[in-house]
Amino acid sequence: MTRTFLALLARDLRVLRSTFPVFVIRVVMQPLLLVFVFTYVFPKIGQAIGGSGSTTSFSTVLIAGVVALSIIFQGIQGVALNLVQEFGYTKEIEDRVLAPLPIWAVAAEKVVAAALQGLVAAAVVFPVAAFVPATPVHLSVDWPVLVTLAPLAALCAGALGLAIGTLIPPQQVALIFAIIVLPLTFLGAIYYPWQALHPIAWLQYLVLVNPLVYMSEGFRAALTAGVPHMALLWVYLAVVGFGALLWAIGLWGFRRRVLS
Amino acid sequence: MTPAEEVVRAEQLTKVFRTPGPRRAGRPPGAGRPDGPSSDGLVAVDHLDLQVRRGEIFGLLGPNGAGKSTTIGILTTRVLPTSGRALVAGVDVVRSPARVKRHIGVVSQTNTLDRSLSVSDNLYYHGRYFGLGRREAARRAEELLERFRLADRANAPVLSLSGGMAQRLMVARAVLHEPEVLFLDEPTAGLDPQSRLALWDLVRDLHARGQTVLLTTHYMEEADQLCERLAIIDHGRILAQDTPAALKRTLGDRSEIRLALAGDAQQAASLVKGVLASGDAEVVALDGTVRCFVRDAGSVLPTVVAEASRAGTVTNVTVEEPTLESVFIRLTGRDLRE
Repeated sequence: MTRTFLALLARDLRVLRSTFPVFVIRVVMQPLLLVFVFTYVFPKIGQAIGGSGSTTSFSTVLIAGVVALSIIFQGIQGVALNLVQEFGYTKEIEDRVLAPLPIWAVAAEKVVAAALQGLVAAAVVFPVAAFVPATPVHLSVDWPVLVTLAPLAALCAGALGLAIGTLIPPQQVALIFAIIVLPLTFLGAIYYPWQALHPIAWLQYLVLVNPLVYMSEGFRAALTAGVPHMALLWVYLAVVGFGALLWAIGLWGFRRRVLS
Repeated sequence: MTPAEEVVRAEQLTKVFRTPGPRRAGRPPGAGRPDGPSSDGLVAVDHLDLQVRRGEIFGLLGPNGAGKSTTIGILTTRVLPTSGRALVAGVDVVRSPARVKRHIGVVSQTNTLDRSLSVSDNLYYHGRYFGLGRREAARRAEELLERFRLADRANAPVLSLSGGMAQRLMVARAVLHEPEVLFLDEPTAGLDPQSRLALWDLVRDLHARGQTVLLTTHYMEEADQLCERLAIIDHGRILAQDTPAALKRTLGDRSEIRLALAGDAQQAASLVKGVLASGDAEVVALDGTVRCFVRDAGSVLPTVVAEASRAGTVTNVTVEEPTLESVFIRLTGRDLRE
């Protein structure tokens, strides 16, 4: 079974290698544009952003959010969009479903493949953050948190991708952006620490259903000093809890799609 | 038959779909049988018994919606049976699907080639999924490309293949891991006549090498030409099971008179039935035609035509030796093309 699992993974990496330029554009564009606009253009044109009375630069606040966002996006792009296509039109997935391993393992392989892409995408953020911003980014890396949180967040994102990919019918791919990607990203504590939402109490509690909030907060703890962040216990609990929930939903959806 | 010779076994296999799925035909539950399932849904497979022996080409012949694909779906672990039992290579398909998958090769009706990979990588990675080492997977991929006449397309994207080539590649992929049984679900549907013949040759070649094949088809020529044994299936049930020759012999020495009619075929059929006194003559009205299964067709032909003309103008008459289609029509009163 392990051999088959690794072979499926090798296939996904082979495909990634052969479409490497596309993959690079996919993982670089978003952090590049975000960092460029918010931390280069805005300061240069004198646009005030990042809240009042902030002691750290906005660039520093933003960077953790961009790492979290990059990971989530790979989950959606790497798994969800592929699955929607494979289930809906191409039926290619049948070939892998007939590989000699249990169905849950076929689904798990998709999640792991997306997680690996997510980690690459997260790593790409650092060189972008080092060169692009007009105001300096002050990183203070907490390695134990970073090396444990990043894989967990990446797996959680893969599980999210699996859940979306198996539940959204192919005719409604556009819905993924409208009802999932946009709320997830705009209300994912990317541009501000979660604590800063305090003046809007209802929103502060509402966004707690968004797994990206915990990832952003977690990476804030892992990468920056002096920026407020949520207690790490909640971060880990939420990332693992959301991951497990989304995996359960995704697996249910996957089985429903491949078995009748 | 000793169990060792048996590669596929289905016992009282039944599948009821809760909600009618796309492209699936069926009939109301329990229709005509007191012990039928009483739940809501469509009965696609109905208490089906089946044995496929090692090394044979076995065919499931029936019209679209007869339950052929659902049966294959159950045997290849992608459809869960409602009741009954199925064993492939001695392994229960519901209890140990992952082990069953190791023993089967599947060519489904849709093109499931991996579009992100080249022709040869489709084979190579398939081999890797089935636990072959790098060198062995590459060796078998190369050998199969040669044998299936795809070697010159080895590095082409699969989307550039013609329908016939794509189908050959699907078959090559399905046999690469040397499965105990190869499932071909309507292998030549949608292929041009030349590609169909080429595929038949490939299947015969695999058979000559000892490959067990279970195929479904609604083309009677395909069943007749390719299969050693056949099950005629309709409404999820097996109506007859034997060699093609033996099935045709069930019609005795009767041949089929087929009348095309501009008029009421039903009425013509009952008129013809009235004049054919002979005990074993059978008459069926079907799609505006009248089919008579009679002995000594030559001598009764004028009477049949004359009688049918009373219900409308006879536009065409043919007399044929019995075919598998005649057998199917006699068993079901319907046509394979429905």
